[in-house]
Amino acid sequence: MVELFRSEEMTLAQLFLQSEAAYCCVSELGEVGMVQFRDLNPDVNVFQRKFVNEVRRCEEMDRKLRFVEKEIKRANIAVIDTGENPEVPFPRDMIDLEATFEKLENELKEINTNQEALKKNFLELTELKHILRRTQQFFDEMEDPSLLEETTLPLEPTEANRGAPLRLGFVAGVIGRERIPTFERMLWRVCRGNVFLRRADIEEPLEDPASGDQVHKSVFIIFFQGDQLKNRVKKICEGFRASLYPCPETPLERREMAAGVNARIDDLQMVLNQTEDHRQRVLQAAAKTVRVWFIKVRKMKAIYHTLNLCNIDVTQKCLIAEVWCPISDLDSIQFALRRGTEKSGSTVPSILNRMQSKQTPPTYNKTNKFTSGFQNIVDAYGVGNYREMNPAPYTIITFPFLFAVMFGDLGHGALMTCAALYLVLRESRLLAQKNDNEMFSMVFAGRYIILLMGVFSIYTGIIYNDCFSKSLNVFGSGWSVRPMFDPRVGGNWTVDLLENTKVLQLDPAVVGVFKGPYPIGIDPIWNIATNKLTFLNSFKMKMSIILGVVHMLFGVSLSLFNHLYFKRPLNIYLGFIPEIVFMTSLFGYLALLVFYKWLAYDVFTSREAPSLLIAFINMFLFSYSDSGPQLYAGQSVIQSLLVVIAVACVPCMLVVKPLILRRRYLWRKNLGTQNFGGIRVGNGPTEDEAGIIEHDQLAQHLDDEPEACVEEEFDFGDVLVHQAIHTIEYCLGCISNTASYLRLWALSLAHAQLSEVLWTMVLHIGLSFRSFGGVPVLFLTFACFAVLTVCILLIMEGLSAFLHALRLHWVEFQNKFYTGQGFKFLPFTFDSISEGKYDD
Amino acid sequence: MPSLLFCGPKVAACGIVISVWGVIMLGMLGIFFSAKSAVLIEDVPFTEDDIRNDKNPPQTIYGLYTQVGINCFIAAAIYVAVGAVSLCQVRLNKRQEYMVT
Repeated sequence: MVELFRSEEMTLAQLFLQSEAAYCCVSELGEVGMVQFRDLNPDVNVFQRKFVNEVRRCEEMDRKLRFVEKEIKRANIAVIDTGENPEVPFPRDMIDLEATFEKLENELKEINTNQEALKKNFLELTELKHILRRTQQFFDEMEDPSLLEETTLPLEPTEANRGAPLRLGFVAGVIGRERIPTFERMLWRVCRGNVFLRRADIEEPLEDPASGDQVHKSVFIIFFQGDQLKNRVKKICEGFRASLYPCPETPLERREMAAGVNARIDDLQMVLNQTEDHRQRVLQAAAKTVRVWFIKVRKMKAIYHTLNLCNIDVTQKCLIAEVWCPISDLDSIQFALRRGTEKSGSTVPSILNRMQSKQTPPTYNKTNKFTSGFQNIVDAYGVGNYREMNPAPYTIITFPFLFAVMFGDLGHGALMTCAALYLVLRESRLLAQKNDNEMFSMVFAGRYIILLMGVFSIYTGIIYNDCFSKSLNVFGSGWSVRPMFDPRVGGNWTVDLLENTKVLQLDPAVVGVFKGPYPIGIDPIWNIATNKLTFLNSFKMKMSIILGVVHMLFGVSLSLFNHLYFKRPLNIYLGFIPEIVFMTSLFGYLALLVFYKWLAYDVFTSREAPSLLIAFINMFLFSYSDSGPQLYAGQSVIQSLLVVIAVACVPCMLVVKPLILRRRYLWRKNLGTQNFGGIRVGNGPTEDEAGIIEHDQLAQHLDDEPEACVEEEFDFGDVLVHQAIHTIEYCLGCISNTASYLRLWALSLAHAQLSEVLWTMVLHIGLSFRSFGGVPVLFLTFACFAVLTVCILLIMEGLSAFLHALRLHWVEFQNKFYTGQGFKFLPFTFDSISEGKYDD
Repeated sequence: MPSLLFCGPKVAACGIVISVWGVIMLGMLGIFFSAKSAVLIEDVPFTEDDIRNDKNPPQTIYGLYTQVGINCFIAAAIYVAVGAVSLCQVRLNKRQEYMVT
């Protein structure tokens, strides 16, 4: 039971692994996931470690697998996830795996290169086909003599063979459609307008073999005269990466060529299809096993990486590892070692030997799926020191409760509970789906927190009597209007008064107007009262102060258990006691006053009830003369006494503790002994560990060691400054933290107002129709209302209330007892590998 | 057979959630309006004249209450229909999924 409130007891242990059994043992430990290996050769370069070669081979395999996976993804084949967790392969199987992957990779690479070449070929042929088809049209136009005339116009009139039919040269090719305008302009400028360009778009996009993208292209044909122009045109085409194709001059040849090209395209298409089929088959076969391969390879890599952390014995017969492990799990670790040894067939068992150490062990809090969310909230602030009080168990209740105080609405709470229930009940199915969405996985990880937040919101909603900003009148309101009209019991309302006044106030002093409080929560009549806010604000403000004081006092009391556990009596007498006295005498008293005022004044005396705030301020000023009536007799004496006590606590915390520490230090120094019997008490971390060591059976061997450790140097100034900071922080913190709890009131007010605004601005429109015409409007406004409720009130307001609850826990609650400067226990485990999440 | 599928699985699920919520909430509102709940008086569209010119005092206001209540019930019924359609869409989407794989 104690384990729930503190982190696990850890021990440092040495593992002696026989070199032939080491691999199997480490793999079994990885499956158990309960040991954290320490690096025994921190000063050795990564490349000089023993198993660097194996790690490298694993990495190479991993790379090949990633290549295969990429190809599978590109082919749109789903990787089959059977959820199976394969065993770690033996080291001797590594060669087989390597050979398999090598073969697969080579095969895929070959297929890819072949396919690319084929596709390139195919593209060229298709382009040629288009050229032949399109150019035919151009040539037909050229035959037309009138057009010919036009094309020759820009030519020099002095040209020799002017009268003869022109022998125009031409080139034909294909170019990307987006390059055409610049291409055209360039041709025109460079050739000074002496070329003639015709182009036509190819309608269907062509596939680029290198990137696999679809590109739009155009066919062009350029007519020119003379070799010089031809060279220029060709250069420009090259520059624009246009592919030129030979195009026969006579129509007959062109037709023949087209027929040949078409036949070749058909052949090529068939080959391409077969290649693609083959590729699909190979990839589909790989997709079935690629996940298992990944897990195997990554497990192997993790094992070799871990083995690299071990120390190699001089005799090379065994590996020595140092591990942190929880004492409660030593048996399962021993068992795993035995299994590993058996599996490897080694005859010499691997040995686990517990060690004593002065080092601080890592913090390990065992969690299950319910508590892990809350532990994460605590760990996000800081991982607890070793064996420190863990705030997580209390957070399970206080966190959703404080959230709900700010989110109090029956309807919204019910919606949130439904959403969380869906996540919780369909847990296993949703887990199997492995949704990668970051937002969703965050919400899913906190499903139990959300569930509790929803349930608690329902509770606070009932207390506030708020359901989508409307009250539920289940038990019947305690207020009645009728006696106000009855003069016999003191009622002074008349019909005339009703005619002339907008707002009237019920008088609870009149018999029968107020018949007693509502059985649970706030009376529903307040929902339609105009002075609702005045009433609710006073209630919620006082409630937040009371909750805050209780929460903080609880936090301070938890620090007592820390001091008791770590055996620091000085901290109890000069830390805990003054702290709790200080807080109770000021703020505990304030909370008591709130209750007193609630109980002591009834409807007849409430007019002369003094303001609590003024009374509290006057308490510090010691002014009791001009502040009107007192709350109770003897108030001034008690209050003065409380203030004096509280002030007296400050020097206790501030100076007495450092002075005592100093005296003790001097005394010890004068005595000149290090080992002061067993009665030496102090508060340094060394003593705590000494206390733990005493319980260990093996402590006898190391008895001499404490003498070796040097007594900590005592710096009085340092201690004094540290203590002063702590004291000032605590005393000022008490005031500011109490005020900080007022956020409970502010947020709950904001939430209630926002939901009321949403109702009157949206749903009210749909309801306020006097005929059936309101039905479609109501239908639409309800949809808006629902969407806005979820977006603004549930998600946005919920997030803000969550953040404020988080702050109240981290700052106001945990700083009373929680140091949070430990480091987390990171066991060597295959869990993350088998789940498919992988980070180096 | 022309496909009756016109929205994806997410929209259909959203429709189901909204219609379940709508049916419950509008149904409750309808009941409360029919029961003349005092808390809902602000949502009843009455005017000064309704109070002054009422021969049988609260009856006009009660009539308005009932009218709004009936509106709520009809809107709830529409949401029942929306929910049914969404449910069909979810079914169709599921069948589509099976057919593809």
